[in-house]
Amino acid sequence: MRYAILLMGAPYSSQAAHSALRFARAVAERGHRLEGVFFYHDGVHNAARLAAPPQDEPHLVDGWTALAADHGVPLQVCIAAALRRGLLDEREAARHGKQGHSVESPFELTGLGQLVDLGLRCDRLVTFGP
Amino acid sequence: MANDEAQGVEGDLLVILRHGPHGSSWLREGLDAALVAAAFGRRVTLLFMGEGVTALMPAQQSGPLGQKGTSPTLEMLEMYDIDTLLVEAEALARFGLRAEGLMLSARAVEAKELSVLAATHSLVLTF
Repeated sequence: MRYAILLMGAPYSSQAAHSALRFARAVAERGHRLEGVFFYHDGVHNAARLAAPPQDEPHLVDGWTALAADHGVPLQVCIAAALRRGLLDEREAARHGKQGHSVESPFELTGLGQLVDLGLRCDRLVTFGP
Repeated sequence: MANDEAQGVEGDLLVILRHGPHGSSWLREGLDAALVAAAFGRRVTLLFMGEGVTALMPAQQSGPLGQKGTSPTLEMLEMYDIDTLLVEAEALARFGLRAEGLMLSARAVEAKELSVLAATHSLVLTF
């Protein structure tokens, strides 16, 4: 079955991101196809490359990065929701005259059209939110 | 029959809006998703549920916090060919509102129609 995930919860603020990551791994490990994870609303904070959680907590950014590396899952972040929350990749940072950037590969900033496309293309879109 | 009416509402995307205009960005970001889908040629149905029905209150202003209001976005829906607007009947009653008094024309739906709506749309997004 073809799955997609929509994550709208910020990391560590609620259970949403932890559950989404575990679900993503389970889907891939069961042999289903995970076509993408879309980060929207406060979920865009999961793409913050500077996240530095204490060592005795799961590292969510590393978890998503490993998921992308192990299973080739695209990690798509809504650009409008990200920019207004201070999440910019190198290109957007340059465009807005900001020093440093907070989003990098495998996360990619993209438009909401991708979410609609993903949802309609897959058999199941599973939403995780606070 | 109520169920038959809901059966007639079909589309690619059902966007369920459950938050009021202020206090969070849920409503605004939900409407953004609906507009983008419509701009890409998808048939979109909006369902205002719970506190979300207050989005349709007339004479809204952005208020002292300077948050961007949602009523200008709602007024644009028609331009995007989003003309199927539904409101949860029970929520209307709870907030003391009537469908006729809302800023846009919307049809009240009963709770039992909701599962039909979910089934007649390919994708459901809840905000």
